[in-house]
Amino acid sequence: MAIARTILALAVSLSALAAPALAQEHDVPAPPMNRWSFAGPFGKFDRGQLQRGLKVYREVCQVCHGLTLVAFRTLADPGGPGFTPAQAAAIAAEYQVPGAPDDQGEVKPRPGQPADHFPAPFPNDQAARARYNAVPPDLSVIAKARGYERGFPRWVGDFFTQYQEQGVDYLTALMRGYRDTPPAGITLPPGNFYNEYFPGHGIAMPPPLSDKRVEYTDGAPMTVEQYAKDISAFLMWTAEPHLEARKRLGLQVVIFLIVLAGLLYFTKKKVWHEVELHPEKLTPRPPTEYPRA
Amino acid sequence: MSGHSTYQPQSAFMRWMERRLPIGGLVYSSFVAYPTPRNLNYWWTFGGILAFMLGVQIVTGVVLAMHYTPHVDFAFNSVEQIMRDVNYGWLLRYLHANGASMFFLAAYIHMFRGMYYGSYKEPREVLWILGVIILLLMIMTGFMGYVLPWGQMSFWAATVITNLFSAIPLVGESIVTWLWGGFAVGNPTLNRFYSLHYLLPFVIVGVVVLHIWALHVAGQNNPDGIEPKTEHDTVAFTPYATIKDSFLLAVFCILLAWFVFYIPNFLGHPDNYIPANPAVTPMHIVPEWYYLPFYAILRAIPNKLLGVLALGASILILAFLPWLDTSKVKSARYRPLYRQFFWVFVVVCIGLGWLGSKPPEGNYVLFARIFTIYYFAYFLVILPVLGKIERTKPLPNSIAESVLQKGKPIGAPAPPPAKA
Repeated sequence: MAIARTILALAVSLSALAAPALAQEHDVPAPPMNRWSFAGPFGKFDRGQLQRGLKVYREVCQVCHGLTLVAFRTLADPGGPGFTPAQAAAIAAEYQVPGAPDDQGEVKPRPGQPADHFPAPFPNDQAARARYNAVPPDLSVIAKARGYERGFPRWVGDFFTQYQEQGVDYLTALMRGYRDTPPAGITLPPGNFYNEYFPGHGIAMPPPLSDKRVEYTDGAPMTVEQYAKDISAFLMWTAEPHLEARKRLGLQVVIFLIVLAGLLYFTKKKVWHEVELHPEKLTPRPPTEYPRA
Repeated sequence: MSGHSTYQPQSAFMRWMERRLPIGGLVYSSFVAYPTPRNLNYWWTFGGILAFMLGVQIVTGVVLAMHYTPHVDFAFNSVEQIMRDVNYGWLLRYLHANGASMFFLAAYIHMFRGMYYGSYKEPREVLWILGVIILLLMIMTGFMGYVLPWGQMSFWAATVITNLFSAIPLVGESIVTWLWGGFAVGNPTLNRFYSLHYLLPFVIVGVVVLHIWALHVAGQNNPDGIEPKTEHDTVAFTPYATIKDSFLLAVFCILLAWFVFYIPNFLGHPDNYIPANPAVTPMHIVPEWYYLPFYAILRAIPNKLLGVLALGASILILAFLPWLDTSKVKSARYRPLYRQFFWVFVVVCIGLGWLGSKPPEGNYVLFARIFTIYYFAYFLVILPVLGKIERTKPLPNSIAESVLQKGKPIGAPAPPPAKA
């Protein structure tokens, strides 16, 4: 017993030694946590926010970034930005997508239809690199493809608080994390910009947002902060278009299972009660040394 | 399956059937009349949970396979199509991905339970070894399944793990080329992983049948580690075990639902939502959480070949556990010293899991080495020696006595073990 306790104590004291090594690992600060309408067990998207986010995407991001997994028709799906099918079709028609080959075998662009996806801004990665010296990533699932290390013990708490917004918090922080001059001692690769939250700090994307760049008509503030939140929320929806249905069904399933487990528990008590009510008479015997082979 | 069946067919059809294929009697004797020790605690419900999880994985997996495309150019997008356009596709995929994690969680609890109560000891050695084979098959199946979405972690996990075989002297490189079906992880690799990922679960089903067969021949172990002697020591499987299993299964499903519906990406890695790119290596390549202890052992050893051997040994050593543990007393309840070492072993396994998620540098490597030494010493030194020197507590005369006396033995403590 004493040996085991010593080993345990040793392990604990050694893990205390490891802590400083852990702290030095990350030079990028953790993004601030935002309040999201879609967080938590009852989360729902803010329709207005998704529509504003789409506007930011169309007026700022889409020059470089694709959204190729998202079909225009889904803009009218329940749990999304809340457009009507006619509005979704109108948005689709504003895009040119490659058509089917005609009689001469030529492929001509045609206006988009609801079933089409947002077109990619570049035909291939090489074309993007030739123009920008970097490949702007597709944004369809970017809100799930980015995140940051929560570390122990915070990730344990995240299990209970259902914190799944690392991606959107990071994106929001990234949009607002540009600084005009890098701090002393940091040299960036040529053509890169300093961003507090980008791993390594040197990001090829120029600061995309500035105050009043996108015009809002619903009275929401036209600030970088608001733009950053709206585009992040919109990208959460593109990454997880069935989030609302998932959380709604989840509530029903969990309530059902809790009731079922409760009923099973009391049934179990009833069934086993009869065994415990009739204990067999014990005739004490001297203890056996060891179980029989 | 033990003893003769007392099954009396009620209907004319079942009487007709029983004389030709006695399946009714088999089910009756295995899942109704089967005697189960009356002192089983809730740790014994994980076998049923595991059978349920295997069923969930197969059902969701078969439907996912109807929509998935195993090709390097389409795999990532076909998974996204399942998430977006297939009816309840998001539910199927999140159930399957989180179901795998819960499957491993239940399997690890099941194994730790077996170790704590000595369930691998005579006459259950074959039962235990079949369990180790199931674990090995699960590890292979889970790894190949993780490759299928063809994200960055999928691709690089496949690269790292298959490259382990290159450590084998002389033929290593050839084996790796053979595994890949080419000179790098590519489309042939994805195709064969998909094929095997569909095949292996059915192999698991086969071994599970053997596992349950062996269980029903030897009978269940129990928290006191003494064999049932009279009918007072046991209760019928139905309703007593079935209702207890059902209750904990429902509780376990709440945990599964919590992951699936509320935090479906909690156990995943964001990088796997980036399409596989052989030209870009992720900053840290980490496997799924359930492989982390083994991954830590692999990286704790500076030599690649020895590291790979240690990785394999860390799993295979479990198969020898029935003979490495020399104590005749099964349950840790009556082994005060063993109990302490067991819990340290649990802490070491969890610690190795944590270290597996950390970069292999500085103090992390030091700890991983200390923990790896304990992991192997537990099997090779502590258990063999402990059985010889430990002074165990007196065992109750019977399971019934243990239950009715609330674990307090009657009479004087047992003398120390005789020289074996």
